[in-house]
Amino acid sequence: MFSSLFNSSKNRGNSAFIHLFLLAYTLLALFPVFLIIINAFKTRKGIFNDPLALPTSATFSTKGFEKVMANSDFFHYFSNSLIITLGALFFILLLGAMIAWALSEYKFFGSSFMRFFMAIGIIVPIRLGSVSILETIVSLDLVNTKTALILVYIAQGLPMAVFILSEFMAQIPKELKEAARCDDVSEYKIFFQIILPLTRPAIATVAVFSIIPIWNDLWFPLILAPGEEARTVTLGVQQFIGQYVTDWNSVLASLTLAVVPVLILYMIFSKHIIRGLTAGAVK
Amino acid sequence: MSWHPKIPLHVFVFLVPGVLIYTIFSAWPLIDTLLLSLYEQDDSGARHFVGLANYNILLFDNEWSNGFWNAMWNNLKFFVIHMLVQNPISLLIAALVSNRMLKGANTYRTLIFFPTLLSVVIVGFIWQLILNPLWGVSETLLGYIGLDDYFDAWLGMEPTALITIALISVWQFVGIPLMLIYTALLGIPDELSDAAYVDGASPRRIFWKIKLPLILPTLGLVSILTFIGNFNAFDLIYSIKGGLAGPNFSTDILGTFFYRTFFGFQSSLGSPTMGATVAAMMFFVILVAVMIYFYLVQRKLQRYQL
Repeated sequence: MFSSLFNSSKNRGNSAFIHLFLLAYTLLALFPVFLIIINAFKTRKGIFNDPLALPTSATFSTKGFEKVMANSDFFHYFSNSLIITLGALFFILLLGAMIAWALSEYKFFGSSFMRFFMAIGIIVPIRLGSVSILETIVSLDLVNTKTALILVYIAQGLPMAVFILSEFMAQIPKELKEAARCDDVSEYKIFFQIILPLTRPAIATVAVFSIIPIWNDLWFPLILAPGEEARTVTLGVQQFIGQYVTDWNSVLASLTLAVVPVLILYMIFSKHIIRGLTAGAVK
Repeated sequence: MSWHPKIPLHVFVFLVPGVLIYTIFSAWPLIDTLLLSLYEQDDSGARHFVGLANYNILLFDNEWSNGFWNAMWNNLKFFVIHMLVQNPISLLIAALVSNRMLKGANTYRTLIFFPTLLSVVIVGFIWQLILNPLWGVSETLLGYIGLDDYFDAWLGMEPTALITIALISVWQFVGIPLMLIYTALLGIPDELSDAAYVDGASPRRIFWKIKLPLILPTLGLVSILTFIGNFNAFDLIYSIKGGLAGPNFSTDILGTFFYRTFFGFQSSLGSPTMGATVAAMMFFVILVAVMIYFYLVQRKLQRYQL
């Protein structure tokens, strides 16, 4: 019925205007990244003489990339970030699903307090506890370790995971679990073999919500793990660029190296990511 | 169950591992930080209870209070810019792309969301390069629309640095409110707008009179999330301006002020107890905002819900 709105000749101009606006905004959103990538493949002269031009045979150069690869432990940082993000994600999903199931399925003494207690973590940023978190990490002798970051990110991600997953689990039909209980299946088996597989769509949403802030975080790596050993790619890039700020080739190359994996992953998974983010839309 | 007979063992097993990690690394540190703000640490590292003395210093002793109020004021400006620029743009784009008759709506949405996924550090450096007068990209681009005379080293100048950084943050995060508002708009039953359309209402009128009132709760949620995000921001300013939040602290917000207080900078040493006091103040600011939000949502916005 709404199609008539856009097909009528009166509204065709309107629709063109809408496209023009959206196109302009899309350009604004993508152009800065595009500009960085094309200039990363140019000589210093090319970068400064005509920043807006694509690299030509005369200006093409990968000097920046060679320098970055030689001078920095980019791959080391990259694998640190990967281990930390995936490690934290695994426990956020598993432990989050377990708490969500306990809160949505069983009524027990203190269950509403527990719900409130977990909800605090959605509203209050975990960073505000940094002073005390650092003291705890120091006393556990975990400074400059990936374990420290994984533990903190689990604590950071759990409240949101519990919230989303318990909303979802509450909608799972009663018959499924009742049938299993009649067959004397244990509560653990019901959770791991029946409930967890059914929760998959919501788990995808939680994964999207959890991965991005962990991968991109600067605060906790800076405070808990600034050392070489457990340095993440976000902190590594921040410090590397800080050192080479006048070496434009290297700066542009390292920015490109940091952006391109995200860009590729987004191109592959954008459908799932967007679907995860808009999971509330029932239509 | 060890402490209460009413909790069956399996519930205990499901709860304990996660709740333990959450308690040790999130809930307790928050409480501990609030407690720590009531103590003072001497040079030997011993701590003494001092009541509200730290708050007195932070809020009224000029040596501290000037920096604190400067950061608070800047943070408020940072938030207001997000509310005036980011959220209206998000609303406009969400309204446009939620029309399923619009060709390519999904593509626009996907592409506009992309910057949100980038690390704030990367975004900070990208814009630093683009706004660098040495490179001249911005000046050239502004030249195409005849505005090159207005270009200046905005990031380096006291009156414009904070606004520029706020706009960079807006550029990056427009996608989040966009998705929330878009989801809410899709949730509105077609029958409502179709009925209004049959009655001769224009699409614009349908949006203002029917859809907007229905998504007010979402706009409230977007506002409080923006507030919490802004009063907890740090990464972008640290990566563009460093811990000193220059020029002359004009881009200092509570996050960077907290970092310097806790860790120290240049010659001054950091103080865990004063750091905890700053964090506690940030907590109270967020708490007040959240309470206002819940009051408004409960009292006012629910009326509009179906």
